[in-house]
Amino acid sequence: MTELSHSALLPDRFHAWFKMRGWSPRAHQLALIDQLGRGSSTLLIAPTGAGKTLAGFLPSLIEISGAARRKPGSAKGAERSGVHTLYISPLKALAVDIARNLEAPVAEMNLAVQIETRTGDTPAHKRQRQKLVPPDILLTTPEQIALLLSDAAGMAMLSGVRTVILDELHALVTSKRGDLLALGLARLRQFSPDVRMVGLSATVAEPDDLRAFLMPQTNPDERRLSEVVTVTGGAAPDIRILESAERVPWSGHSARYALDDIYKQILEHKVSLIFVNTRSQAEMIFQDLWKINTETLPIALHHGSLDVGQRRKVEAAMSAGQLRAIVATSSLDMGIDWGDVDLVINVGAPKGASRLAQRIGRANHRMDEPSKAVLVPANRFEVLECRAALEASLTGGQDTPALRRGALDVLAQHVLGVACAAPFDADMLFSEIRACETYRHLDRATFDKVVDFVATGGYALKTYDRYAKLKRGPDGLWRIANPKVAQQYRLNVGTIVEAPMLKVRLVRSKAEGRKTPLGRGGRVLGEIEEWFVEQLTPGDTFLFAGEILRFETILENEAYVSRARSTSPMIPSYQGGKFPLSTYLADGVRRLIADPAHWPHLPGQVRDWLELQRLKSVLPRRDGLLVETFPRSDKHYLVCYPFEGRLAHQTLGMLLTRRLERLGARPMGFVANDYALSIWCLSDLSQMIGAGRLSLDALFEEDILGDDLDAWLAESSLMKRTFRTCAVIAGLIERRHPGQEKNGRQITVSSDLIYDVLRQHEPDHILLRATWNDAAEGLLDISRLGELLARIRGRITHTRLDRVSPLAVPVLLEIGREPVYGEAQDAILAEAADDLIEEAMA
Amino acid sequence: MTALRNAGQFRRIAPVCHDIAVGGQLLGLHDSGVVWWAEQQTLIVADLHLEKGSSYARRGVMLPPYDTAATLERLAMVIDAFDPARVIALGDSFHDAEGSDRLPAPYRAFLTTLQLNREWIWVTGNHDPVAPVRLCGECVDELTLGSFTFRHEPRPGAQPGEVCGHLHPAAKVRRYGRSIRRPCFATDSNRLILPAFGALTGGLNVMDAAFAELFPPRGFSAFMLGADRLYPFTASKLVAD
Repeated sequence: MTELSHSALLPDRFHAWFKMRGWSPRAHQLALIDQLGRGSSTLLIAPTGAGKTLAGFLPSLIEISGAARRKPGSAKGAERSGVHTLYISPLKALAVDIARNLEAPVAEMNLAVQIETRTGDTPAHKRQRQKLVPPDILLTTPEQIALLLSDAAGMAMLSGVRTVILDELHALVTSKRGDLLALGLARLRQFSPDVRMVGLSATVAEPDDLRAFLMPQTNPDERRLSEVVTVTGGAAPDIRILESAERVPWSGHSARYALDDIYKQILEHKVSLIFVNTRSQAEMIFQDLWKINTETLPIALHHGSLDVGQRRKVEAAMSAGQLRAIVATSSLDMGIDWGDVDLVINVGAPKGASRLAQRIGRANHRMDEPSKAVLVPANRFEVLECRAALEASLTGGQDTPALRRGALDVLAQHVLGVACAAPFDADMLFSEIRACETYRHLDRATFDKVVDFVATGGYALKTYDRYAKLKRGPDGLWRIANPKVAQQYRLNVGTIVEAPMLKVRLVRSKAEGRKTPLGRGGRVLGEIEEWFVEQLTPGDTFLFAGEILRFETILENEAYVSRARSTSPMIPSYQGGKFPLSTYLADGVRRLIADPAHWPHLPGQVRDWLELQRLKSVLPRRDGLLVETFPRSDKHYLVCYPFEGRLAHQTLGMLLTRRLERLGARPMGFVANDYALSIWCLSDLSQMIGAGRLSLDALFEEDILGDDLDAWLAESSLMKRTFRTCAVIAGLIERRHPGQEKNGRQITVSSDLIYDVLRQHEPDHILLRATWNDAAEGLLDISRLGELLARIRGRITHTRLDRVSPLAVPVLLEIGREPVYGEAQDAILAEAADDLIEEAMA
Repeated sequence: MTALRNAGQFRRIAPVCHDIAVGGQLLGLHDSGVVWWAEQQTLIVADLHLEKGSSYARRGVMLPPYDTAATLERLAMVIDAFDPARVIALGDSFHDAEGSDRLPAPYRAFLTTLQLNREWIWVTGNHDPVAPVRLCGECVDELTLGSFTFRHEPRPGAQPGEVCGHLHPAAKVRRYGRSIRRPCFATDSNRLILPAFGALTGGLNVMDAAFAELFPPRGFSAFMLGADRLYPFTASKLVAD
């Protein structure tokens, strides 16, 4: 861009400011000012450190500071009276951080621009005031947008919005929050048709998806795409895989072997960010680092379950430059800008190429200097995964998930919100919703079912008409039946349904011999999932908030714990993280294993391991499936290597077990990790296959996703958990709000019971459809399993072995650490109950 | 418009019970959650909570309207299996006082056929303190037959032989790192508390404080409901929520 166009686009005040800072405006910053000036929605794709946020805000700052503004209370004129720019981010903390960062340019240029945040934490009086006197720029979240759009005052506040900035768009659109956001933006367009959308994103696999997301999709045959500005370049990151002299473990996720090397890295750098995949890993590494922290370096811990106050303290210490290292989970993946980080250490599996790139971007926020990163694989398969991720980062490979299809439960919530604001016409609302890229496939029949669901529950048995929440008037418009419906809606907005959590409170130990009741009112350390606490028996020890704690008891909704004396805690079971291995990296790993030409890049131990596999069994092919069968102690094992991630493997394990049961193989259980699945049986599988009594092609036939899946889903607790989430989002059951727990659990209707009744009596109910869609993409990963079964058809290699193969060792070692599936509840009860009888007879 | 299905299409229930002594007299516990008093040919069932769905719908929470159908279908199977001379419904038979009035006509007719040729006693509960309308059966606050007293809410310090409901007992067992929670009968051989029979009725863990004044600490047993049998546990084997 020439000097001339600079001055045309940038007012003097802004020029002077850039000069004073010793900067010059970057090409993409000017391009964005230009595009927005033309009224075009634009996607900006740039690596971290490229001045993305400033680029997003510059056009708004220029417009607002150059325009007249109506004083509150003065007569209505042509001037704008509401919010000019909405900024929406996936993290509350990010909104607060951005507000702080914008203060400097606004103050230094002396701009008359008011910037405020509005999140769930904003006090009620401030929110009220914002409706009367709106700021120029409002930094907020998708939930707040939905709330604002559900009442008249909020709509008035947003009716003049000119620009919407969507930060970290690639992260926003992959969840139900993205669905809620898309629906909100479609609403916004109805009364602000010229609004311009600005998407800010890191590099993504399919930029066109995001471009389409920013535009109203009015033509069903052709996707409309926004403008796009791409910042290329940026120094290539300096990534290497930690080479340790220690032995790389066969399995496990602790990376303990590499601890000394990690500590050495911390010593050699100014500030290190240590990323892990799960909370329990974070706790463990943090604990272990402090054991060898001979220099007493300030090393801190950060994860989503810690008390908010504690997290803020860590963040403040980081900003103040007081820390040398933070051990963190994905709670720090995004956003907050810490310029001083000069090393990212990623412990464990990267899971996805884009995910890794995002994490590495946290080091060194200047794009012209390379970010430095060290990958620490915790076991041998992870070495392969790290290698595949490293190669992807060299070639710029991306694997951000594809755009999702809008969820029906979120749609139900939105329909109610729309009705709360004003009566609506179903035809108009339908075409408004179809203009969302993520809802353009919605058909009218489904939409009508959703409206019916919101009104009366949508049951085939029409008995609730007289209690309807929405009623259609003689004018053909749908409106809420009474104001209480709107109140109910406001308490229920949002798509994040937390697993039931318990507060962790530190008290003095019961075990210290006192007869008095447990001391009340100790410090709250954070929150922990109910399911985890349910596994504990008083006296069990576990790691939390960087301490070894002893579980005492549960009182109301709090878990009471005390400081433990023990040095070896019972560690929370590794839940594998929410992210399964990406399809892209999985293919990379299969390619690495299948072709020995790639092996020279691998550490010697791993090379030897693969070499042994080639000698003792065979190597899995890139496009096929290797199945090994072998006896071990008194059982017979089947191990296969789909590399499709733990969720798909678990689902496959459930289904194969049922099938093997029918075929008389007497399966006893199975265990899965991201790479492999192992099932053990009482019958001799090798012999069954040899004698033609068991066909692997038939076993892995795609029809397993039919009746078997249906039958299993009927009892699956995963399905029930998914149903609960959908039912809460859709507004069928009310959220548990803090303070309500004391009413007692027997009063709330269990979603499991609702699921059972509904499945039995109306299996095609809209909410069960929503649940099924979720399960297919989420917890059960059925879509990925379907792709796998199609891929391997006719390409199954079977090897009959007389002992475990080198490649099978890691998954077999998971037995005992991972939950083992496949045993029916009743069988366990019977076994436990028989104990009692034996005891009685003794 | 009926969602009721013919009971004949279901697997038949075997009228086989687990006999225990309560207040010195034998009662049979059945894995469906009912009690069979063979000597008197009497079937006892607790906490049906009929019309719970519509009770919630009145407040704008649209639970599936199939709970009454589901509960009555199961009750029909049990009655079919035992063919009792007398049925005692131990209170909270309807989820609220107007529940019996709201009962849709097909369900009312179905329930009426279940009542044919047998004595039917509605014990009142806290949810349904009044007699059901337009239905057969006698309504009482409590009932003493032989050495048993049938009432909805257990009364601390009651004479041995109290048979009641109200609390929706459930028990939890932990094994192999998993926990299993099921509705159960709870008894210390002086008092018997039945599980809730209704389709949308949750359970309260027997380790909850509410049970502490009814049973001696750890001095009671839970019979958890299973697929085709009961699973007995002494309280010391059970865990709290």
